[in-house]
Amino acid sequence: MSRVLVEVRHVSKRYGAVSAVDDVSLDIYEGEFLTLLGPSGSGKTTALMLIAGFEELTAGEILIRGRSIAALPPEKRDIGMVFQNYALFPHLRVFDNVAFPLRMRGAARSEIAQRVRESLRAVRLEGFEQRLPRQLSGGQQQRVALARALVYRPSILLMDEPLAALDKKLREQMQVELKAIQRELGVSTLYVTHDQKEALALSDRIAVMKAGRLVQVGAPIDLYDRPADRFTAEFVGEANLIEGLVTAVGDRLVHVRVGERLDVAAEPCGDVTVGRRVGLMIRPEAVEARERPEGTPNEWPGVVREVVFLGDLVRCVVRIGDSVSLKVVRQYQKDEVTPKVGQTVTVAAPPRRWTILPSP
Amino acid sequence: MTGRPLRQWLVLAGPSVLLLLGVYLYPLAKLVVLSLGAPPGLATYGRLLHNDLFLTVLVRTFRISAVVTVICLVAAYPVATLLTRVSTRVAALVTIAVLLPFWTSILVRTYAWMVLLQHNGLVNKLLVGLGIVANPLRLMYNEAGVTIGMVQILLPFAILPIYASLQNIDERLHLAAQILGAGSWQRFWKVTFPLSLPGVAAAAILVFVQGLGYFVTPALLGGSRVITLAMLMESQVLEVLNWPLASAMAMVLLVICVGIVASFERVLGLERVWR
Repeated sequence: MSRVLVEVRHVSKRYGAVSAVDDVSLDIYEGEFLTLLGPSGSGKTTALMLIAGFEELTAGEILIRGRSIAALPPEKRDIGMVFQNYALFPHLRVFDNVAFPLRMRGAARSEIAQRVRESLRAVRLEGFEQRLPRQLSGGQQQRVALARALVYRPSILLMDEPLAALDKKLREQMQVELKAIQRELGVSTLYVTHDQKEALALSDRIAVMKAGRLVQVGAPIDLYDRPADRFTAEFVGEANLIEGLVTAVGDRLVHVRVGERLDVAAEPCGDVTVGRRVGLMIRPEAVEARERPEGTPNEWPGVVREVVFLGDLVRCVVRIGDSVSLKVVRQYQKDEVTPKVGQTVTVAAPPRRWTILPSP
Repeated sequence: MTGRPLRQWLVLAGPSVLLLLGVYLYPLAKLVVLSLGAPPGLATYGRLLHNDLFLTVLVRTFRISAVVTVICLVAAYPVATLLTRVSTRVAALVTIAVLLPFWTSILVRTYAWMVLLQHNGLVNKLLVGLGIVANPLRLMYNEAGVTIGMVQILLPFAILPIYASLQNIDERLHLAAQILGAGSWQRFWKVTFPLSLPGVAAAAILVFVQGLGYFVTPALLGGSRVITLAMLMESQVLEVLNWPLASAMAMVLLVICVGIVASFERVLGLERVWR
């Protein structure tokens, strides 16, 4: 791993009795794209504001390149930030918006002209210098805000739900562009969003937050494959979550009894002991609904309860026994026969595709 | 235009248009006719342009109004800024304090100023008592007195538009300016102040145009030494009984006022002020 840029050490922020951020510790590395992901009220925006300096810490400390920034007001922290509504200065043209941070730093005219030009080129907005913000589309305003936040080469770029105001199509397009620009410039980025798909698409690492606390930090694939708890499992991607009692622990398989009769075999992970209640998680795309049994482990008879055709995907809900329902997603192929509601199928959920969650 | 918007227009704007036509536009038209004299001509206006007294009073009226406007703006801006920074409850209290004078008659307020500003008034007693000045200052029956009185009366007209425009500035613009490296003075001069200019301009126009027509306050606090345009017209109507001349003066003032508002509209766009 590369060098640590920002160290967040046991940081808390309380408003009276309410903890908005509760004992969060997190390292941000040089050049990485780290996302704070959580539902609204999870404290992710407050965490961003604490790093920016708009809110004061109740406890803990934040270091940038090894130095505490506690004594520095926001304007001295050398941090770039893109706000949710872009916060472009409505009375200034694009050029002057982007030049603003350079002027605040007393840069020479020639340097300003050159840096603004470079920055606007990086966000593909050359030729828009003389426009006012209100003459630009949402996506273009977004890019001006990005150019303005990057033009003075801040140590880190903070982004607070920057794509939330855009419609779905533009948002997806901007995600691709944002990632490309970030990779091109190699700027360390801390990104805040509640949109797990956006987090998965953009991030090198994701930090999941819940009720002011950090739940799990990891690469998108790790988070998806090995969520630490039920919350992350459900919040990142879609999950089938069931719980049961561990009945046998072998070298290669752990057996969990779910409900009265169902026996689920899963690959062991962590310390799982016989007699413990555990959670079990499997992604819908890892479950298969077959027409007949093939003799593999974890095959159960089931009844199709719901079928939704989405074009590229077919989603089903299959009922197994009395108490368990599993969501099943599979790619749709042309002229394929899709399952019908009420049809009896064989559900297959391979042991190595399950994740055992220590606490149910 | 289809029937529906037309009917809407008539219902919503009709009553006030009728009122304005009846009580304002009609007398105004009579005034125009009167100012042209009989037989109609521009002779009265010609005489006005060569009337030294009229020109002196015109310049004085504009000077007083301009000074009052500048003082009002300078005094109003900090108050308006304060209003945006305090809690809503304190802001409500300050707003009431700002508006309170509106519920007191202008005549009463001007008399109150006479009590305060006269030779043996409260202000002079305080100044002399504290040893700040040796002899009582002349605070009345001069332009200073008129200015003091008019500033106090017109101040709310400056505070409210400036407050409204400051209030409309998105708080996140200040945060953005700050994180981009602007200190508090730079944030004020580069972001807050330029964005509040429509409000400042609206305040200026409201105070200045009203100031041009002021009568009670200059008459009582200025007396015969500080004659303004409105006072000159009054004497033409009541003492000299030269109604055509008074009408012509009124028309000149009206045209100038309309000109100021129109050029203001041209430069800034009135609709931007109210939005």
